[in-house]
Amino acid sequence: MRNTIKAFILAIAAMLAACAKHSTDSELLIRIGSAAPLTGPQSHLGKDNDNGVRMAADDLNVKGIVIGEKKAKVVILSEDDQADPRTATIVAQKFVDEEVAGVIGHFNSGTSIPASRIYSDAGIPQISPSATATSYTHQGFKTTFRVVTNDNQQGHALAVFATRVAKRIAIIDDSTAYGRGIADRFEQDVKSMGANVVAHEYTNDHATDFTAILTSIKGKQPDLLFYGGMDAQAGPMMRQLRNLGLNVLFLGADGSKSPEFIRLAGGAAEGAYASAPGIPLESMPGGRDFEKRFTAKYGKIQLYSPYSYDATMAMVAAMEKAGSIDPSVYLPYLAKSDYSGVTGKISFDRNGDILKGAVTIFQVKDGNWKAVSTL
Amino acid sequence: MNRGIRLFLVAAGLIALPFLTDFAFGRTWVRIIDFALLYSMLALGLNIVVGFAGLLDLGYVAFFAVGAYLYALLASPHFGLHLPFWLLLPLGALVAGLFGILLGAPTLRLRGDYLAIVTLGFGEIIRIFLNNLNAPYDITGGPQGVNLIDPITIGGFSLNHPLSSSFPAVYNYYFLFLAVTILVAFVSSRLQNSRIGRAWVAIREDEIAAEAMGINTRNVKLLAFAMGASFGGLSGTLFAGFEGFVSPESFTLMESIMILCMVVLGGMGHIRGVIFGAILLSILPEALRYVGSLQQAIFGHVYADPSSIRMLLFGISLILVMLFRPAGLWPSPVRRRELAAHDETARHENSSIYDAGH
Amino acid sequence: MEIFLQQLVNGIVLGSIYALVALGYTLVYGILGLINFAHGDIVMIGAMVTLAVVHFLSGTGLPGPALVGIGVLVAAIVCMALGYLVERIAYRPLRDAPRLAPLITAIGVSILLQNLAMMIWGREYLSFPPLFQSGSFTFSGVSISPIQILILFASGAMMGALSWMVKRTRLGNAMRATAQHPEVATLLGVDSNLIISITFVIGSALAAVAGTMVGAYYGIAHYDMGFMLGLKAFTAAVLGGIGNIEGAMLGGILLGVIESMGAGYLGALTGGVFGSNYQDVFAFFVLILVLVFRPSGLLGEQVGERP
Repeated sequence: MRNTIKAFILAIAAMLAACAKHSTDSELLIRIGSAAPLTGPQSHLGKDNDNGVRMAADDLNVKGIVIGEKKAKVVILSEDDQADPRTATIVAQKFVDEEVAGVIGHFNSGTSIPASRIYSDAGIPQISPSATATSYTHQGFKTTFRVVTNDNQQGHALAVFATRVAKRIAIIDDSTAYGRGIADRFEQDVKSMGANVVAHEYTNDHATDFTAILTSIKGKQPDLLFYGGMDAQAGPMMRQLRNLGLNVLFLGADGSKSPEFIRLAGGAAEGAYASAPGIPLESMPGGRDFEKRFTAKYGKIQLYSPYSYDATMAMVAAMEKAGSIDPSVYLPYLAKSDYSGVTGKISFDRNGDILKGAVTIFQVKDGNWKAVSTL
Repeated sequence: MNRGIRLFLVAAGLIALPFLTDFAFGRTWVRIIDFALLYSMLALGLNIVVGFAGLLDLGYVAFFAVGAYLYALLASPHFGLHLPFWLLLPLGALVAGLFGILLGAPTLRLRGDYLAIVTLGFGEIIRIFLNNLNAPYDITGGPQGVNLIDPITIGGFSLNHPLSSSFPAVYNYYFLFLAVTILVAFVSSRLQNSRIGRAWVAIREDEIAAEAMGINTRNVKLLAFAMGASFGGLSGTLFAGFEGFVSPESFTLMESIMILCMVVLGGMGHIRGVIFGAILLSILPEALRYVGSLQQAIFGHVYADPSSIRMLLFGISLILVMLFRPAGLWPSPVRRRELAAHDETARHENSSIYDAGH
Repeated sequence: MEIFLQQLVNGIVLGSIYALVALGYTLVYGILGLINFAHGDIVMIGAMVTLAVVHFLSGTGLPGPALVGIGVLVAAIVCMALGYLVERIAYRPLRDAPRLAPLITAIGVSILLQNLAMMIWGREYLSFPPLFQSGSFTFSGVSISPIQILILFASGAMMGALSWMVKRTRLGNAMRATAQHPEVATLLGVDSNLIISITFVIGSALAAVAGTMVGAYYGIAHYDMGFMLGLKAFTAAVLGGIGNIEGAMLGGILLGVIESMGAGYLGALTGGVFGSNYQDVFAFFVLILVLVFRPSGLLGEQVGERP
């Protein structure tokens, strides 16, 4: 018994030692935090974000980074925020304790917002690759950025597209901050553009059965159904839509634009539309190459890994320009960022929202997402 | 040891705790302890309902939500109201207590697991209302929640301001939460040893007999719901001021289940045990974050993804603790005696604790 | 009217799935008085195993229904073994413990199973290949798909068989005896431990079937699919009168229909103030109303009238 206790204490000591900072290396270590839900229902998307950050770090390390004439190396610290606001603040505090140079994350708006206050207090820049709630960057913090279009920008673009192809519009949202945010904006904009919103129904992000709301929508005879929510619900919804014999156009937002959606819809996805922030990967220099390398390493791109990749790249680029990894020194450079990434140009407005963020509409053709138009 | 010396040592330990924790593990752990204190209040509140009065409540987080939203709505730019903390703290407790009566009234006749499912439903109903009352009029902010909530301010001093660089904001909150937790624990223990406390135990053990003894079971049960709920409300107001942001995601069924686990795992009906359970369960998932670096240190390689193994270990520990300490890790002395005595009566008593009314 | 009938069909199909899962809760509750929180996760394991078998055999060219048949058989065996183990390890040692103790181990088992499943099958939502003939029959504007018909028949048959078994067979007698008074049943020569094990095994086999149905019907499986489903099913069991087999069936179908009608008509009924976002509020509200007037559920607790 005594020996076990001793072994345990030794193990703890070794663990603490492993946690302690390595400062003996002559190399400069750029420690970047990556926060996303790695467990729970959104973990496949969270892991995808994390993989994007890791790939950026690997690419940078292979290429070699020099910060103020010193060779540097990027180290990624990944934490699971469980998509839970409270856990997110603990993760944020952990990053602050570990004195990371910057944070890529969080995945959700509901976690990015409470965490942003802690990063702001500590002066650590935070770039979310996927939080779209408008209020995230409108809190008056200098340290909050995002590389995706916000709900207002994307909802507007979706409305422009929808009113081109349809007059009678039905809406479903998943009652989350993301889904409700974009659906409400979409509803407001299509109405102002003269379309008729015949129904706004609701589901939730754990649901699998949508037949009741789809049946009730069927009775209102829309031409187009917009869904504000994630792929895990959009896919099965698509199946049930077709089984009920409801022949309408389907339009999703970025949460639905994944290979997962096509897989889960099981053949019913053909012809569905969805939007994604930025410019399609295949039309970007280096986009195809990124896709090929990412797929080889981690499997199919789910949703936001190109954005988390770009966010990491833009952050390190700002450090290189500033010649420092000190947040207070490189933050102004990040704010004036002008980086060409795989999803488009990364530069921010004064709130930290992406400047001139384009939105592209995709359609499922022959079992793959194909870009239709960029708005 | 002399009682006075012991008290002094405990007090000294509690005052030194944030400094020592910060020094040894970093500020993250002070924040985790802050949350552990909030959970202690919640667990103490639920303990009144479940541990003292024996009413199984699976929707307790609703009262936490009521307190949190009350503070969030009345002290944030959402309605442009900025009411002071000293007013909102008791108001949060009061309103949550009213909600407790609202829940208790229709469910008085129910027992055991029927009560459990109704309370569960109540918790979900509150969450769904919070999630959807942004239309047609924006009351709760909907799924987007309420942001930019005023930090807790006492006598003109905002707790979000660090006293100095070595006395950060999380310390301020620690001392406030500690004070409120001690208050809640004190009220709990006074209640337990009062007429009402004994009436609760009587109802828990045998409702019909309690009624025959002249206890007004209806009022006593309602009081249990109200008291338990008001502690939840207190904790909620503190949570909102601490986090600066509330959204319905924080008040899910899983939270209710976690609080129940804290009460049962610690030792139902035993105040110290319940606090211990709350602290343990709020710290454990965070401590398990280090399994990755622990593997690295022992085997020189990370075999299993720490994020996936973390909750797995959490589940296993819940099972193991209950198997080896079925009355909780730190049960009250009375309960321990009941369990140790393996005669038929004690067994019968135990198995029917939540069957009052059969 | 078409829409109303369609909603009714939707509700009944959803309700029979709830009913099938609710049976598992009710069986265990009837005998042990324990809410087996892990039951929903055994349903999930059932779906996962079936899916794994279907993927494994998909190269053999067997027709879809045959694949599902083999899959459900394997899933039933796995789930039965799992159900037995869970009872043996996590519940049996706690039979004399305070009643909330096994509730906590049940929660622990639920978390454990979910995370094990995540490690084995991954974080992604898995999709079932389209195994049944797609498209649907339409009767005067109401569409119903082959798999929906299959679900109705299969769950009806299983419920009938179970009801017959509990009421008419020796095993059923022993189960009821154990439920009423374990000590007396033991005195009368019933091995109550064995009966409890068998109950868990039967409940788990039903879970495997339910899991396969859910997976094949909705086309997806995910490691946390069991929790919400289990909760709904438990609600259904309580609505009907927990511990009562007919109650579980009635409660399940009723809950399905209530949800369906709630989602479909709540908006119209309240003039647009409450829409389908209050579907669950509506369901719980009905539950509370029922329990206020009938505190033991609609049909009472016939099987499990405990002393």
